[in-house]
Amino acid sequence: MTDMSSAGRQLPDRLDNPLKSAVLSWESLLVLVALAIFVGNSFASPYFLNPWSLSDLTFNFTEKGLIALAMALVIITGEIDLSVASIIALASTLMGFALHTFGVPTPVLVLVGVLTGLGCGAFNGFLVTVLKLPSIVVTIGTMSLFRGLAYIILGDRSYGGYPRDFAWFGQGYIGDSVISFELVLFAVAAVLFYVLLHHTNFGRRVFAIGNNATAAQFSGVRVDRIKFVLFCLTGLMSGLAAVLLTARLGSTRPSIAQGFELDVITMVVLGGVSILGGAGSIIGVVIAALIIGLVTFGLGLLNVPGIVMSIFTGSLLIVVIALPILYKMWKERRA
Amino acid sequence: MKLWTLLAATATAAVLMAAPAAAQTRIALVVKSLGNGFFDAAAKGAQEAAAELGDVELIYTGPTAATAEAQIEVVNSLIAQQVDAIAISANDPDALVPVLQRAQQRGIKVISWDSGVAPEGRQIHLNPSDVGLIGETIVKLAADYLPEGGDVAILSAASTATNQNAWIEAAKAAIPEKFPNINLVSVVYGDDDSVKSTEEARGLIAAYPDLKAIIAPTTVGVVAAAQVVTDQGLIGKINVTGLALPSEFKQFIDNGASQAVALWNPIDLGYSAVFLANALVEGQEAAPGATFSIGKVGEVTLDENNSAAMAAPFQFDASNIEEFSKIYGSFLARRHGAGTPPSLPPLKGEG
Repeated sequence: MTDMSSAGRQLPDRLDNPLKSAVLSWESLLVLVALAIFVGNSFASPYFLNPWSLSDLTFNFTEKGLIALAMALVIITGEIDLSVASIIALASTLMGFALHTFGVPTPVLVLVGVLTGLGCGAFNGFLVTVLKLPSIVVTIGTMSLFRGLAYIILGDRSYGGYPRDFAWFGQGYIGDSVISFELVLFAVAAVLFYVLLHHTNFGRRVFAIGNNATAAQFSGVRVDRIKFVLFCLTGLMSGLAAVLLTARLGSTRPSIAQGFELDVITMVVLGGVSILGGAGSIIGVVIAALIIGLVTFGLGLLNVPGIVMSIFTGSLLIVVIALPILYKMWKERRA
Repeated sequence: MKLWTLLAATATAAVLMAAPAAAQTRIALVVKSLGNGFFDAAAKGAQEAAAELGDVELIYTGPTAATAEAQIEVVNSLIAQQVDAIAISANDPDALVPVLQRAQQRGIKVISWDSGVAPEGRQIHLNPSDVGLIGETIVKLAADYLPEGGDVAILSAASTATNQNAWIEAAKAAIPEKFPNINLVSVVYGDDDSVKSTEEARGLIAAYPDLKAIIAPTTVGVVAAAQVVTDQGLIGKINVTGLALPSEFKQFIDNGASQAVALWNPIDLGYSAVFLANALVEGQEAAPGATFSIGKVGEVTLDENNSAAMAAPFQFDASNIEEFSKIYGSFLARRHGAGTPPSLPPLKGEG
């Protein structure tokens, strides 16, 4: 009797070779891009390969990156949140308000920031899921609303005088190392979001909604509830980013974090999350955040004017989005 | 793959741009945002100073968007490059303090100019001018063209405007001592409103038939007064002067309604900032009462906040209005949205 079972007829659980698909994946392309930029930077500037430089570099993306993690999930479900920067402004303003009106200690200050973010996110979520308004319209509205409230409270004044132990959140390092608290927080959040999106039922449902919300609904996924949670999560992360940014700047102005939402969305899209929803990965977003940090800091070291930097990031984004489409067209033509 | 071509090109460009810096002292002039005529003019002055000082390499940089966050990224990269000094016109007096303190901890000298940083974030702040100098200059602008003396009136902004009131007080103080034959007959307030300023200017002309000059230390008032003088055919009889933006006032210098006006000069400002930064790098101490040379512009003395006033406002007349109207044109487009009446650029960034 020939031993059929030990010879093992392998039944593939997918059509393409997993190794090949891993090599050709979006994430590996991003890793290569990141490495190339890293090496390029090292050659281009003698100041780049220095522990402090590399540490300073991370401040260019940690706050935006934290929001991008949550934004990725929102975009995967086919929604968007444009109000994140304004949430930072409102959360930061309310922290300053709490400090100057009630003299609250640091832990309460952090709580105020995070809860403001959560509240703003819940408000967005309510408008989108209960009133069934399109998220792009809702968050364009709340983008003005939240920042407008900050302007009403602060006007052209600013809040300062944050306590020293509060400043640690934005300026502190772990022990005597060059690793900043912001970076550690980002790393921890990245792991949590990775598990949430790729290894839980919740994450699977997020993808299901993005691919076909109606089908997901009929399969028993509570679409609205999940979307509501995601908006709350994005608000929460924006509140957290507000704590870090306020601590780093040591002051609050209503114009704080102006334009952050576009940088956040750039990270998400560059990270391979489909802007139409249904696809994406946290690893991609993390590497994209790193790439943005490397590019902006690297070009900064060479004193390349900011406008050239914008051109570079813009081109990178377009090329990176166009690439898979061009590749697909080329493949189809060959077939 | 296009991406690779792009990256390769960038890397090559980057390597080419990273030619080793030979100069001994590297001073970074950080502005609120690039692509702004006012700051480009300041950079021109800074470049001049660097050439005059010799072994100074100037790095002219700034963010694209005029935000504190973007400026912090720029300062971070300058810290990493271990520049010797940073001279910054800040987008926010407070938010830049932590990063500039870090720069100082790493041995970098920090000064602010134009728009200041809170004292704990910098060693010196350079103001374009100060109250006494402005008060004196606005009278001088009228007196220079009135050798025989005569009646002058002031058309100010709002009666509550802190800056203007301080300048007018300084002007009144300077008259008896330095301009004895100038007779200040009235001070009226146009509230920085074109219509009200026009009415007030008409009122002055009607009430004081011997009026020889109208001094308007406000950019709105000075234009309104010059327009009234032009409309009433009084060119040559009444000279309009004061603080004016060359870009919007050029036509009245051209038609003769005004002989000269004044405002801060961005070229001298950049020039002086580099001189101050270089002095600190060379070991001069910034302390209240210390005196610093700022090259051809003269010298400055630090006050109790370690801030200094550069010079009297710079005079614009028929000989240079053309050049400066271009510089200030793009400066204004940045600082003010279209449609809002421009006011004076802030004199003190620390307010």
